[in-house]
Amino acid sequence: MSVAARDRPSPPAIVGRLQALSNRYRGHSVVAMRTHPIPRAYRSFFRQIGLDPDSSRIPSEQAALSRLMQGGLRSAGLVKDALLISLIETGVPVWALDAERVGEGGPGVRPSVAGDRLGSTELGDRLVAGRLVVADSRNVHGLLFGGLAPGHGVERQTKRIVLFSVAVDGVPSIHVEEALWICVEVLRSG
Amino acid sequence: MLLHDEIGAGQLHSDLASGRVSEHAERAARRSLRAQIAKLERELSDIFVTAFSMGGLEHHEAPPAQPRLLNLGELERIRDKLAERVHAARACVAERADLYESNRVLLERMLLEPARHPYRRVSLSDIGESGCGAWEVRPRLGLIGMLAGWWHVKLSSGCPLAGGRGAAPRP
Repeated sequence: MSVAARDRPSPPAIVGRLQALSNRYRGHSVVAMRTHPIPRAYRSFFRQIGLDPDSSRIPSEQAALSRLMQGGLRSAGLVKDALLISLIETGVPVWALDAERVGEGGPGVRPSVAGDRLGSTELGDRLVAGRLVVADSRNVHGLLFGGLAPGHGVERQTKRIVLFSVAVDGVPSIHVEEALWICVEVLRSG
Repeated sequence: MLLHDEIGAGQLHSDLASGRVSEHAERAARRSLRAQIAKLERELSDIFVTAFSMGGLEHHEAPPAQPRLLNLGELERIRDKLAERVHAARACVAERADLYESNRVLLERMLLEPARHPYRRVSLSDIGESGCGAWEVRPRLGLIGMLAGWWHVKLSSGCPLAGGRGAAPRP
């Protein structure tokens, strides 16, 4: 999904929304989170791709843990806030790429092959073959559920953003669509 | 089609080329293993929540890893490790539940026959309850009760005050 937006400080309404969302978290609710269907689906998927969700936390649990550690959800700019709000509202992670870096057909998931590098420059880290990456016809944007390659995320000069999410077995598609639409709505409202 | 099935196809073709297993057999085995892993993960999550109020489970720290397509052997290893963790977690919860039960029985006996359990102490945490209270068998009237065999169970007043019992600090 592509949307015209620039990263800038969030307006007070979005900051207020983050504060309201931070009140949803309590210690016991975070502990019980893993028994809910969507976090459960991501936890299972993490195991199936060789990640331990107790060490490499799933995005919704990581957000909840950060909320507990920091005592609140802090605004980090419009784009990051939009991604965080949609993650908290739906449990489905969404990432944002600079549209300039995305090739035709949009990003997808594939195993890396010998010679793949992270990002679009020769300076990018060389990837071990067989790793699951988010990539398109031109570039590898990042490891699946990992950080994005330098310069591929949204930066000051970004004019258009490509949003993508990763749906896994057990997550209804309506939740994924909802996550993307919440992002778009927040980005447009800012 | 699921993401996993879709990206698993490439791996399958390489396996087929090497003649290791038939396509259908591998597909079915992968599907079955993924389902088993998902089931075990559900069970472990449920046990984790149950155990949390009992003091929690031992934290399991795995070495850092990157996402990848797992072959059948790796999926089996993950399934087996997860099954071991579920088994250990169940045993831990059962052990604690037994301990709480035996402490509750002890408390019942203390209340019924305090003289048979002089100075025995059972705290709320010993029976799986939150809070700082504790039951203790004490002699009535101090030394007199001790010599006369007058024992009773006293419940402590709970958690200490945040500010302590002393006088307020001087300005």
